[in-house]
Amino acid sequence: MRLLAGINRTVVVSGGILLAVTLASMVLPWLSPNDFATQDLDQRLAEPAARAMHWFGTDNVGRDLLVRSMQGIRVTLLVAIVASLVSLVIGVAWGAVAGYVGGRVDAFMMRAVDGLYAVPFLFFVILLMVVFDNSFLLIFVAIGAINWLDMARIVRGQTLSLREREFVKAARLMGVSTSGIILRHIAPNLLGVVIVYLTLTIPQAILVESFLSFLGLGVQEPSTSLGSLVDDGMQYVGTASWLILFPAALLAIILMCFNFLGDGLRDQLDVRQQE
Amino acid sequence: MAQYVLRRLLAAIPTLFVVIAVAFMLIRFTPGGPFDEERVVPPDVERALIEAYNLDDPLVVQFFDYLGGLVRGDLGPSFRFEGRVGDLIVAALPYSLTIGLLAMLLALSVGIAVGSWAAIRKNSLLDRVVMAFAMTGISIPIFVIAPLLVLVFAVRLGWLPAAWSSSGGTAWLVLPVLALALPQIAYIARMTRASMIDVLASGYIRTARAQGLTTAEILRYHALKPAMLPVLSYLGPAIAAILTGSIVIETIFAIPGLGQLFVSGADARDYTLVLGVVAFYATLVMALNLVVDILYGFLDPRIRYR
Amino acid sequence: MTLLSVTDLSVRFSDALAVDGLSLQIESGEALGLVGESGSGKTQTALALMGLSPSNAIVTGSVRIDGNEIIDVDESAIRPLRAVRVGMVFQDPADALNPCLRIGDQLARILISHGLADAAAARRSAIEALARVGLPDPERQSRAWPHQLSGGMRQRAMIAAALIAKPDLLIADEPTTALDVTVQAQILALLDDIREDTALLLITHDMGVVAGHCQRMIVLDGGKPVEEGPVEAVYSAPEHPRTQALLAATRLKAAPPPLTDSVPALQAEQTTVAYGRRNRLEAVKSADLVVNIGETVAIVGESGCGKSTLAAALTGLVVPEAGRVVFMGQPLAADITDRPAAVRKGMQLIFQDPAGSLNPQMRVRDIVAEPLRVHAPGLSTTERRASVSAALADMGLDEQLEDRFPHELSGGQAQRVAIARALVLEPQVMVCDEAVAALDGTVRERILDALQAVQKKTGLSIVFISHDLGVVRAISHRVAVMYLGSFVEVGETSALFDAPRHPYTKALLDAVPIADPAAERPMVILGGEVPSPLSPPAGCAFHPRCAYAVDRCRSEEPEQRDVGGRQVACHRSEELEL
Repeated sequence: MRLLAGINRTVVVSGGILLAVTLASMVLPWLSPNDFATQDLDQRLAEPAARAMHWFGTDNVGRDLLVRSMQGIRVTLLVAIVASLVSLVIGVAWGAVAGYVGGRVDAFMMRAVDGLYAVPFLFFVILLMVVFDNSFLLIFVAIGAINWLDMARIVRGQTLSLREREFVKAARLMGVSTSGIILRHIAPNLLGVVIVYLTLTIPQAILVESFLSFLGLGVQEPSTSLGSLVDDGMQYVGTASWLILFPAALLAIILMCFNFLGDGLRDQLDVRQQE
Repeated sequence: MAQYVLRRLLAAIPTLFVVIAVAFMLIRFTPGGPFDEERVVPPDVERALIEAYNLDDPLVVQFFDYLGGLVRGDLGPSFRFEGRVGDLIVAALPYSLTIGLLAMLLALSVGIAVGSWAAIRKNSLLDRVVMAFAMTGISIPIFVIAPLLVLVFAVRLGWLPAAWSSSGGTAWLVLPVLALALPQIAYIARMTRASMIDVLASGYIRTARAQGLTTAEILRYHALKPAMLPVLSYLGPAIAAILTGSIVIETIFAIPGLGQLFVSGADARDYTLVLGVVAFYATLVMALNLVVDILYGFLDPRIRYR
Repeated sequence: MTLLSVTDLSVRFSDALAVDGLSLQIESGEALGLVGESGSGKTQTALALMGLSPSNAIVTGSVRIDGNEIIDVDESAIRPLRAVRVGMVFQDPADALNPCLRIGDQLARILISHGLADAAAARRSAIEALARVGLPDPERQSRAWPHQLSGGMRQRAMIAAALIAKPDLLIADEPTTALDVTVQAQILALLDDIREDTALLLITHDMGVVAGHCQRMIVLDGGKPVEEGPVEAVYSAPEHPRTQALLAATRLKAAPPPLTDSVPALQAEQTTVAYGRRNRLEAVKSADLVVNIGETVAIVGESGCGKSTLAAALTGLVVPEAGRVVFMGQPLAADITDRPAAVRKGMQLIFQDPAGSLNPQMRVRDIVAEPLRVHAPGLSTTERRASVSAALADMGLDEQLEDRFPHELSGGQAQRVAIARALVLEPQVMVCDEAVAALDGTVRERILDALQAVQKKTGLSIVFISHDLGVVRAISHRVAVMYLGSFVEVGETSALFDAPRHPYTKALLDAVPIADPAAERPMVILGGEVPSPLSPPAGCAFHPRCAYAVDRCRSEEPEQRDVGGRQVACHRSEELEL
């Protein structure tokens, strides 16, 4: 309970909304009589209505938009979280090694990161998508590969400064082993920053995923993601605007909550470090 | 200084080489060559085409042929479109350049102004409202903003065209530039606000106040330069974001720019076209990053070019 | 004429009263000292006098500058008074100058802003102002960026900025606290020089600084003025306990008598530490040092002289290029990781920053217990807890603190926890690197008393690195004076303080402010600053600043010699009357 005591309102509210949206995306399709893939050509482009349980309306082949949106949320979140974890693993490993080993290894590893920063990665991802025919797995890897650079820089900077902190020197002096220093002194102090940046990486990953889906390079039919739904809805922007409004709003809410969550956690961390 | 620029330019060459090499290999491993789809080409015609494009040579030879052309400024012929890749890029560039530059200028001017203004009135109601808008701005993807703008200003209100048309005029620019700039305005405003708040709390601003400078003077002479440092270092990512964003924007607004050229090239497996655009983008991004780094040195005297 | 008149000034924050009912007056040409420990409301007073209080402060009472009220008036009414009537100098010159603007431009802007000069005239005035505060080559320095100047030069530039519009009154808030004692003496002398045209309000925690430079003084405690009067009267008969405590903190105490038997506990032999290949920097040059069992040896010198580097080399945190360290008669591996457990247990290091030396994620109990887990893994939980409590009790800390995290401790408490963590292993040697520099006088005394008590009990040897000569004299048996990486004089404390044999030792001692208004002050102040260790001067490293330097000093590096029971590295130590 001590953990929750000092947490600010932004974190609680945005975290709560995210939890609610995630739960809804799991429970609602199960409660609804409709299915995300079943087409109903009699019900094409039906406006949102309680009738037949089409709360969000239907798409151009009569599939229920509510269920499809919930399916989209699940895919979007899954892709984003897995991709962020990929970037976390690469970034933390790269950054921690560079920061802790230091010297030439560090210089070389960070030069590589600087070089990669200059590369327009998204073009490569698009290229990859084209080459490997929109493999679902590839989306994770591609997004993770883009986002690990920031994480590596942050973790490296933190490790470097932690290594020079006096309590780490004191631990070395009193004979604490290297593994003990990393486990008890470096890792716990790294954790906060990593969690914050993980939270901020997730919306970045969502953006990339939905961007690729929007270009038709992401998730394939009949499965869907929020980005694909927005892409589909684009064609009916003048005639059936609910097709774009609902998925777009859900996407924006999720992104906003992650951003607020990350911001709030960062404020929290800053306050602790200042005290 | 000149030495630094030269060294950075030299350092960019291997990176560029790797970028082009990887792109070249990737595109050549694409299942389905440029002449596989749709039409069935008679074998002798196909052979003639392959010969014309040297597709029978070993990959390495083809790659160095291509590099040789690149050094001479020749990006080779397009596989699927009329004309040479260089000409296609030159034809598309003005559109992308116009919306990209305008969006960047808009993002910088509005973002910096709004961010500084929010920082000066920190924690006021207006600050909170502006920052809530900024948070919304960074949270809504560009491909959501663009259709919404179309829905409101083109479909419902009918004030502005929903797409590019060859008939000219400049009204078509408004919506794409706005859509491209909005997320960057939000990012830059948030960044400016945060760094301006830090700077305004610093000792030298207190000194300047103790010296009797007016608020306007303090902002102009003391606060603006240091507060711009984080914004400047964001320019690199911002440029990359605007470039990728322009792919979506050009698709949505049917603008015949580089982004659309890239997408249609990728769709059509046009080796040389895609390669050419990637090489062009990579060079552009690296050059702009170098310009940003040099600017940074001008703003922050503590940075020395070593 | 009354320049500044303050009546019943109070500064209140939501949770506390920072300044409580302060009244004072400053007449033209006068120097008033405002003294108090950190948290006594000094800085909030200074800010309120200029109308610069933070926006969440509620300021009441009256402050009149040349008769103009500045409390509860619009900023535009105060603005013309700043810099023109009252100039201000802040504590940390690194923070008070804009890093992105050239020095001269920052100064010129003040005149332009007040409409006192056009751009060209303002530039010329800026150079003149820099010349007046003794900045060498003011023309060139006016084009320098702040980071290119040393701390002392930056503070001179700040004073030039405060004086450029020729104010009648200068408010200086801890103007020398961030500086070395020798540079402090230079800045205080400069403040004396400018007094012909300008009155001074000198805000400080150091009674020694007030003694020689002010006529009247006010002592603040918890925001309240508790004692006021002419400096001589307050010093000779302090009435309030806070004043007495502040004075006690600056009174030089008798040095502990030298030890009778000397068994070396820790020795550094010909230790050299160098950094860099192309730009070789010798931080420590062939240093010899012996610390006996139960002895405290102080290493003193200006910042950057290599004293902290030597501490790191002794403890194995940096690997020396040459020389060796001997601990209890046993030569040690250079690197800490190669040293046996008994050595790591027997030698401990205390850092300057108390907050930084404790892991923010661990509780006090676990912090102090950690060395026991490493070196005495066989202990039961109860035994370990007992040792932890005993170590904390030795440092005068309550058991209640054991559950706290470092950010819940005060600076003094945190430093005592750090020392307790070192003491729990019952080490033979403790290296204290500026261990009490960040603490207030009274807190400092308590920690030093506790350390000395432990030393009496266990025969602990202490290497005490400090720039504070008052503290050094009070606790150390012997003193080693370091200049640019070499020891220039090593000897028994009281003898060295009473009759220094190296001109640098003499200069350091002369620079210490004397907390006695009647005392005679040295006429000569050590000029210049420490040269860059990247390009040390030829011959004796001290010769460019030495008043006694002769040709031989400029060409030949002096060897360390035994002069009357003291190690001195000076060609002229026998002939000089210091």
